[in-house]
Amino acid sequence: MKQVPPHSPPSRGYSREAANPPYKLPPTLFDARCWACWLTAALLLLVIASFVSLKLDWTAFASMEAARSMYRFMAEFFPPDTSPQFLAKVGIAAWETLAMSALGTAIAAVLGLALAVPASRMSSQDPAWLRSPTRWLLNALRAIPELVWAALLLISAGLGPMAGTLALALHTSGVLGRLFSEAMENIPTGPGDALRTQGVGPLRVFAYATLPQVLPQLMSYTLYRWENNIRAAAVLGVVGAGGLGQLLSFNMGLFLMNKTATILGAMLLMVACVDALSFGLRRWLNR
Amino acid sequence: MSVSSIPQAQLDLGVKLRDPDFSSRIVWLSLIVLLLWPLAVATEFRPSIFWDPDNRKVTADFLASFWPLVYNAEFMIMVANETWRTVAMATAGVTLALVLAVPLSLVATRVLSLSALSGRMNRWPAALRWCVRAVLIVLRSIPELVWALVFVRVVGLGPTAGVLAIALTYGGMLGKVYAEILESGESHATHALMRNGSGRLQAFVYALLPSHAAELASYTVYRWECAIRSSVVLGFVGAGGLGQQLDNSMKMFNGGEVATLLLVFVFLVALADRASVWLRRALA
Repeated sequence: MKQVPPHSPPSRGYSREAANPPYKLPPTLFDARCWACWLTAALLLLVIASFVSLKLDWTAFASMEAARSMYRFMAEFFPPDTSPQFLAKVGIAAWETLAMSALGTAIAAVLGLALAVPASRMSSQDPAWLRSPTRWLLNALRAIPELVWAALLLISAGLGPMAGTLALALHTSGVLGRLFSEAMENIPTGPGDALRTQGVGPLRVFAYATLPQVLPQLMSYTLYRWENNIRAAAVLGVVGAGGLGQLLSFNMGLFLMNKTATILGAMLLMVACVDALSFGLRRWLNR
Repeated sequence: MSVSSIPQAQLDLGVKLRDPDFSSRIVWLSLIVLLLWPLAVATEFRPSIFWDPDNRKVTADFLASFWPLVYNAEFMIMVANETWRTVAMATAGVTLALVLAVPLSLVATRVLSLSALSGRMNRWPAALRWCVRAVLIVLRSIPELVWALVFVRVVGLGPTAGVLAIALTYGGMLGKVYAEILESGESHATHALMRNGSGRLQAFVYALLPSHAAELASYTVYRWECAIRSSVVLGFVGAGGLGQQLDNSMKMFNGGEVATLLLVFVFLVALADRASVWLRRALA
């Protein structure tokens, strides 16, 4: 039979009654209930598995031979080709890249707006049947990168900047459509409700209540994507979709390194200009 | 117009409908069309070629060949391998990018300057910080695809070129953004430690890092997600992974394989997106 000690401590509030609270041990390094530990372990495992399974060519990173071949490769870049004919060619390609990105973004803004309307619930009475299917479509458009769209479109649009423009338009319309629909769902419903209670149809509610409210946000999203698309358009040509990238992959394929250096310089200059411009514009707008 | 006449006007069905913003709309629309015209000329934008009968047949045949999907065991095993290789390339690339970005961002952070504690930063540390920042910006502004093209020439076809390309571009991006994040928050704790004689690394580990750890980790996870997307693209220039398979199948006009690969790719991106959202929420 179990003996009850005469001065058994009360079961509750033991530590509270102790004169000094008992020392707490530091947490063990690994605890099965510790989320962070499992997460760190999984991350480490992922990183190690990646490095092991890829069979990377480590000598290419860190041997003298690799350094020498890299040096030789870089030395071939100099001097960059600055003959006027070639510079003119690069200039035309740069203009083509800029035009591709601008037109692609403009088409994407129109297409994105057209898709954002069915993808958003305009009012609490709106059944929005098309909301989920349109969102799926937008996600699919967005998930496939510009370059993959360009490679797919080459089959029907042929080599050249048009395939690149359409590729940019398709990917960007996925991105913009989603942003636009979120913007439209988050505006105050007052103006729209006021029109709707007067019996105004959905098209005119959209034109006179929804659109004026979201227009500034739509513009800023579009400009932001344009900035991204200039960068994307510069490399789209690598699969044959026009612009600076096409010139780059053509000259690199022929090992014309001096010309390649000029094109790379033009790319860097263009990206730097766009960055500076958008930085200045944003500072001016936020002033 | 008197106030009492307004309801009257609304009830009157014969009232003329007038767009109060009509002229401004017309002006803006025509201005946009006028601006877009030279762009359409520059990009040889002729949608009419889609209606060209020959072209229409080629496109229709290619689209029709998307169905049925190819899903025999041999192909699926290959796809699984390539998918893993894509994820592994992104992970290894981001890991190497961290190796590059962490030291560079520590050097570039102005908060960790000892001389700046007493007013202006000394000339040489300021110059060093400026140089490191310039290096980061140059690394970042060359697209990973261009780095990959370069490395494919130097180290040959295969994942090494892709990993190096991701490591350099993302090293630049992560380094620049880490430096910005570290400079953005409160710097009182860091400065207090440094004023009382702690080293810069100690100040970083005990003051700067704890207050920004969640933000840094969440940005890193977001960039890992981006790296998965771009490692697919890198396959198109010969760096292996899903992109290379997609390129091969497209060149052979094998629509079924293309469709399967695209589906797998969309699924992979959605999965990475979910994982990244979940991880970032857990970190916040």
